[in-house]
Amino acid sequence: MNVLRPRVIPSLLLHGESLVKTVRFGKFRYVGDPANTCRIFNELEVDELMFLDILASKEKRVPNFSLLREISTECFIPLSYGGGITSVDMAEKVLKIGFEKVVVNSAALRNIDIVSDISDKIGSQSLIVAIDVQKGWLGKVRCRGLSGKWNSGMEPVEWAQLVQSKGAGEILLTSINREGTWEGFDLELVSKVVGAVSIPVIAHGGAGCISDISNAIKVAGASAVALGSMVVFQKKDMGVLVNFPEQQQLEKALA
Amino acid sequence: MISVLDYGMGNIGSITNMFKWIGVDSKVCDNLSSLESAQKLVLPGVGAFDHAMSRIIDLGILETLNHKALVEEIPILGICLGMQLITRGSEEGKMKGLGWIPAEVRSLPKSIGLKIPHMGWNVASTCMKSDLSDGFSEKTRFYFVHSYAVFCDDPETCIFKTSYGVDFDSGIQRGKIFGVQFHPEKSHRYGAKLLRNFANL
Repeated sequence: MNVLRPRVIPSLLLHGESLVKTVRFGKFRYVGDPANTCRIFNELEVDELMFLDILASKEKRVPNFSLLREISTECFIPLSYGGGITSVDMAEKVLKIGFEKVVVNSAALRNIDIVSDISDKIGSQSLIVAIDVQKGWLGKVRCRGLSGKWNSGMEPVEWAQLVQSKGAGEILLTSINREGTWEGFDLELVSKVVGAVSIPVIAHGGAGCISDISNAIKVAGASAVALGSMVVFQKKDMGVLVNFPEQQQLEKALA
Repeated sequence: MISVLDYGMGNIGSITNMFKWIGVDSKVCDNLSSLESAQKLVLPGVGAFDHAMSRIIDLGILETLNHKALVEEIPILGICLGMQLITRGSEEGKMKGLGWIPAEVRSLPKSIGLKIPHMGWNVASTCMKSDLSDGFSEKTRFYFVHSYAVFCDDPETCIFKTSYGVDFDSGIQRGKIFGVQFHPEKSHRYGAKLLRNFANL
């Protein structure tokens, strides 16, 4: 028996033609040019790269296919893309460009059938369903769509089980409350969802240091983690620096 | 010049992109005459075994492929499903494979707690010495996505081995015919090195 080392995935936020980073889905900060940044990540030999056009669904935009094409000619690692995917055709087009996986969120919250439609066509291994979770004033934890602006009313564990039953291959679980804060993952949320599904869960939102990564994996049971601020900034509230933990450092932390 | 066969089974852009990145001339081969003139061929593929074999038969390229591999003996590299097609056949389907290398394709073991498909970076250990694995250290990381795996009849045809619940042959070779289960085009510098080795044959 052999288990793969949990994946550590930079998740890069697209806003138009630029890369940005947010805090709790707001406070946009410019990080750089996508093609240039992904060239650096390619050289840093990251496990996978994820690109999310965070406002596409909210602004009713389709994916920026020419930008995706440019990215795929610079990156020779597995790539995923999410943002504004509302049909099987769009998902297939993203794959044809050279991406391995597509990510859907708002479209699935609107109509769950899109999950099975896409999964049947491209296979569950190529479909990630993103679940953006926010804790409200009254402590209610709910899944949100449209860049966190829309409360779908769905409860994360139930929603995760539902998308799994419809053919999702992975879940990207984002804590909006933690996103961009460097305060660590919401381990309680991660372990609840991990315990409820059998497909891999990628923990996202809040990573600030290596021990946050190992906690998400070893304590909460995530299969992978996605990193935002940590891989594009030097430190909290400091300048842009595209970086990635050393392989050995990760292997040690995750062993 | 390397020809990358486009027979409607998955994305080939990543492969031609990587050849471009490493400075190797490649072109998409999507008709019979360009296949007939190919000097070096990549046989990619993502999807189901029978679907891929049917495509090859329906496009009328089966005979030419056999001629290229067995008579002209040009270097051929099968990637992922393309590697599996080179064998006798697969548990996944009913159709015969190309049968260029004596091997069979079986399902990866389920229900031992490992997730299927086998997806992610895993180690390939070099076995028999090969021009394709020239310069590789004993263990190299490559990116895999598959649910079925190749098992060779003859261990001499195995050039890479990988373990995922079971030891399977992640790289095979017989003469100038090669197959790899992982995706060199998605395995950055390790994949680049392997494709450069293929280009240098």
